[in-house]
Amino acid sequence: MSGATLFDKIWNAHAVADLGDGYALLHVDRHLLHDLGGGRAVMDIKEKGLALRNPGLTFATPDHAISSAPGRAGTSETGKRLLNDLRTLSHEYGVRLFDVGEPGQGIVHVIGPELGLSLPGALIVCGDSHTCTHGGMGALAFGIGSSEVTHVLATQCLIQRRPKRLRVSFEGARAAGVTPKDMILYLIGRIGAAGGTGYAVEYAGGAVRALELEGRLTLCNLSIELGAKMGMVAPDDTTFAYLAGRDFAPKAELWDEALAYWRRLPSDDDAVFDREERIDMAAVAPQITWGTSPEQVIAVSERIPDPAGIADPGKRRAAEAALAYMGLAPGTPIAGTRIEHVFIGSCTNSRLSDLRAAAAVAKRGKVAPHVRAWVVPGSETVKRQAEAEGLDRIFRAAGFDWREPGCSMCLAANGETVPRGERSVSTSNRNFVGRQGPGARTHLASPAMAAAAALAGAIADVRTFGG
Amino acid sequence: MDKFTQLKAIAAPLLRENVDTDIIVRIERLVGATFRNELGRYAFEAWRLRPDGTEDPDFVLNREPYRSAQILLALDNFGCGSSREGAVWALKQRGFRAVLAPSFGDIFFNNCYQNGVLPVIMPNSAVQALARQVEADPGRKLVTVDLVRQVVVAPDGGETAFAIDRLRREALLDGLDDIGLTLKRESEIAAFQAQDRARRRWIWAVETGR
Repeated sequence: MSGATLFDKIWNAHAVADLGDGYALLHVDRHLLHDLGGGRAVMDIKEKGLALRNPGLTFATPDHAISSAPGRAGTSETGKRLLNDLRTLSHEYGVRLFDVGEPGQGIVHVIGPELGLSLPGALIVCGDSHTCTHGGMGALAFGIGSSEVTHVLATQCLIQRRPKRLRVSFEGARAAGVTPKDMILYLIGRIGAAGGTGYAVEYAGGAVRALELEGRLTLCNLSIELGAKMGMVAPDDTTFAYLAGRDFAPKAELWDEALAYWRRLPSDDDAVFDREERIDMAAVAPQITWGTSPEQVIAVSERIPDPAGIADPGKRRAAEAALAYMGLAPGTPIAGTRIEHVFIGSCTNSRLSDLRAAAAVAKRGKVAPHVRAWVVPGSETVKRQAEAEGLDRIFRAAGFDWREPGCSMCLAANGETVPRGERSVSTSNRNFVGRQGPGARTHLASPAMAAAAALAGAIADVRTFGG
Repeated sequence: MDKFTQLKAIAAPLLRENVDTDIIVRIERLVGATFRNELGRYAFEAWRLRPDGTEDPDFVLNREPYRSAQILLALDNFGCGSSREGAVWALKQRGFRAVLAPSFGDIFFNNCYQNGVLPVIMPNSAVQALARQVEADPGRKLVTVDLVRQVVVAPDGGETAFAIDRLRREALLDGLDDIGLTLKRESEIAAFQAQDRARRRWIWAVETGR
């Protein structure tokens, strides 16, 4: 019999009951609530007359609907009500809340790893599709819908169908200017936005092993943009070094127990995956999206594709519609395309390493006069650390706005939008029609590429950008 | 949960790939939304409405007879992206009870079952063939989705069988709620947790503080 994969080991360890036909009742180790749906979900079990089964495994923080303006000015009445509901219900049910202004607050997928709540071998869910981010810790983590959130609150379990297993091996070394964001965007461009549908993805290979922990979180974050609701990286010494000493990570003899357990998690040498993909890192350059799906992506040095050259009729029509929406002409180089907005933030790219990479570019010049450029740190802790090393001053001196932590303009749930017809380079995860606001045109890229675009006032190749 | 057994209805062809849940319903329509039954009018608004707020007559759901369609024909990866269950609520409020597509976003797929909406996985060629028949005479060419027999019946009577997990099929046919089913397993959950507290003490340490 062949060995088990990382995914199999975690799945099997959480199966409370086999429901037949590949379905299992799975135990949830960490349930994260946010302001958009958290209060509503707790209210839901209250109305149904149910108990919150394990409040001690449930954690909450506001991120989606709060303003990122200094002092949180401009949080809407609705946003305030959602925050208030989250506070009241967390208190009533004994759920630990990381509130505005205190360490621990931030984007759910930034604070989980940062606090040491997200652990290797854990099963983590949240009513947000980018929960796959926590897979970078070696956890099995995935996004769920509102009904499933209610289900977890009431039972601490979830009914799921076992997905197939896909291993993506990134072999070789990253070239200069190539970041984890570029690796995952390149993969999505190669196998498509539906390429991972129905799979749990394990990212492997030398280029993944070489990544720092935060880079692994970025890699796993875009699994859902690949169609896969779960993405993961095997835990190793990088993971353990990151976790050691974090607030909610196990301590003393529990740390030793955990470590012994975690070291057994990586896929066995003879484990078999349902599918394998291999990416040669020599082919991966800094990426930028040109369309309205993350699969519509090219290297920044390339030209905007001509739909006439796309054989598949569905992809061709999608490309035509995307170019019309994006206001782009086929065949022209994408570098040099004028932009009006830059957003550096989101659960994809708002961690300290992201801000350092962006600041390294920002210090080389000034934001172009016609560009509004925002930096929104992923958490209160990231914000404080960045300020302690002076990154905020670099950004401000270059003309960036330095803002309060939250989801902000990634999805515009708090009213922070890119105006209709205007163009943004964003370090977030979705370039969908209207994602950053009705009619907004979004290009996804890495933090360094976004900073270069802010200074150039146009899409720019970070490798050749002089500032 | 609403039951689903059999549906004979107008089917609207929305033949696009990668239709994401942001396009199905915008996030600001869901922020603080108290009443799920108000969401139907926001379904696909970025495609249904022009910037000035008037209807775009070219969009399929603005054309007769598709305004009253209850079945949606779609292409690969329908419902990809955000986990927002509001996408299903908006579709359902708009009248849709079944979506036929070659593949679905995984989270959207689960969310459908929680709301009595049936996602049917059909080959691309079968969806396209259905769309061609429907478009030939949209007013009269109804499509049947039969969950009891697990077939889709085209207007010309041709049948395509589809697969569905037993658990999901039974829940839809009987209108069962997942929470109700899981609560019956409380003793198993309690036993699992008791064992797990000993087996993985480190995962449970958060309960008692740092």
